[in-house]
Amino acid sequence: METIDIFSYFLLLLLLLSGIKVVTTSNVIHAAIFLVFTLATTAILFILLSAEFVALVLVLVYIGAVIVLFLFGVMITRAPLGPNAELDNDQNKLFATLISLSIFGIFTYILLQTFDSTVVISEGTSTKLLGEILLSRFVFPFELVSFVLLGALIGGITLARKDNALMDEDQI
Amino acid sequence: MSFSSELLIKVLVVLATAPVMALGLTLLEVKGSAWMQRRPGPLHVGLRGFIFPLATAAKYFQKETIIPKDVDEPVFKWAPAWVIAAVVGLFTIIPLSPTLIVRDLELGVFFLLAISSISTIGVLTAGWSSANKFSLMGGLRAAGQLIAYELPLILSVVGVVIQAETMSTVGIVEKQIEFGFPFVIAGQGIAFIIFMIAATAEMMRTPFDMPIGESELTMGFMTEYSGIRFLIFYISEYINLFVMCAIASTLFLGGYHIPLLPTEWVNFYGPLVLIGKTFTLAFLLIAIRWSFPRFREDQLQTLAWKVLIPLSLLNIMVTAIMKVVF
Repeated sequence: METIDIFSYFLLLLLLLSGIKVVTTSNVIHAAIFLVFTLATTAILFILLSAEFVALVLVLVYIGAVIVLFLFGVMITRAPLGPNAELDNDQNKLFATLISLSIFGIFTYILLQTFDSTVVISEGTSTKLLGEILLSRFVFPFELVSFVLLGALIGGITLARKDNALMDEDQI
Repeated sequence: MSFSSELLIKVLVVLATAPVMALGLTLLEVKGSAWMQRRPGPLHVGLRGFIFPLATAAKYFQKETIIPKDVDEPVFKWAPAWVIAAVVGLFTIIPLSPTLIVRDLELGVFFLLAISSISTIGVLTAGWSSANKFSLMGGLRAAGQLIAYELPLILSVVGVVIQAETMSTVGIVEKQIEFGFPFVIAGQGIAFIIFMIAATAEMMRTPFDMPIGESELTMGFMTEYSGIRFLIFYISEYINLFVMCAIASTLFLGGYHIPLLPTEWVNFYGPLVLIGKTFTLAFLLIAIRWSFPRFREDQLQTLAWKVLIPLSLLNIMVTAIMKVVF
């Protein structure tokens, strides 16, 4: 076994452990921090697969933005120090195990069926290739996704903003 | 040389350089403020004030580490580590010359933006885990500010990337040498100003120090920290100052290159040129810090969302149009 194999098995173990800690810990902030570890290990695995762009997007968007908003939201609404009993839910444990095992099975089956030892990119820098493909072959879905994001943005602003006209009506 | 020994040497060099640069900038800040405000201490005490930063560091090393009773201990203890790890990680892409760089990443600028966003987690968790309402307020303010100013920071760099057609930091400097002018003159002047303002806000330095604001929040998210952990926050602030100014000199001011010097000697004068440019920019930020009052929270948010972000979007649009036309 080569060094890189040992390294990636170690990373996978770390990923599994931190993933389990995310769902088992009964402290919201601890869960968020373990999620950072999970995402960071995923990013390192992507780097090992020489997909640097995906790895950095994972860091920038998930660790840098999503987790920060998570922490921000928890701190603004309720920030109890110490464990939170509400986070444990014993009733659904069996059900959750079944669902996660079946998802694991389905994904493993699909990945092995489709990509087993197939070389997807053999040469050239993956980032440049990604940019070219996004703006040529997949330009329509790319633009469509940006419209979805625009819709989400407008929706968010509509929900968050205080409409003065409506407020006045309510007060009357 | 094998990969692992090369890696070890690079890591050791970065770990040695970062605190030295932080000490240099602390000295510059202390002496600059003393010069501007006529403080006798840093100008006269102990070898004309030159051992001042070392004395400060020694003071923090011998202080007792106090951990309050109600804090969330692991989170509290590790919060400074996030900040310093993110800041030191950025040394990877600072080019001292075309070859004197830890790694000339193809996605250099993107790496900068991704890694620098990690320090926000440290600030937030420090504020939350301190079990102190001043710390929590400081953490919340810091998060709001860091999220708001990350956008203009990213967007102002996009203009440079479009103009240089590359994200590698060495590539951007080479493009400026080829072009004959640094990007601050050749079309990215507004982007440079936006970048410097956003970087100052990201570093939480005055006039953007609402999250720390000692007169109202004691020390913000750092209130409960003492001894070596406070020193880590303190040092990472100055390492961050160095990194941000070095990146700004690389992206906008031509990096390790100055005209009229022979290019084949760049490995010798490159580091000096870059550090010189970096310290000049840092001195500018220090002069601003000791001259201007603090922004109010709403003014700070208005500046980011209503002025800097639209302006940087406009900058991207104009750069893209110019790129297509010429």
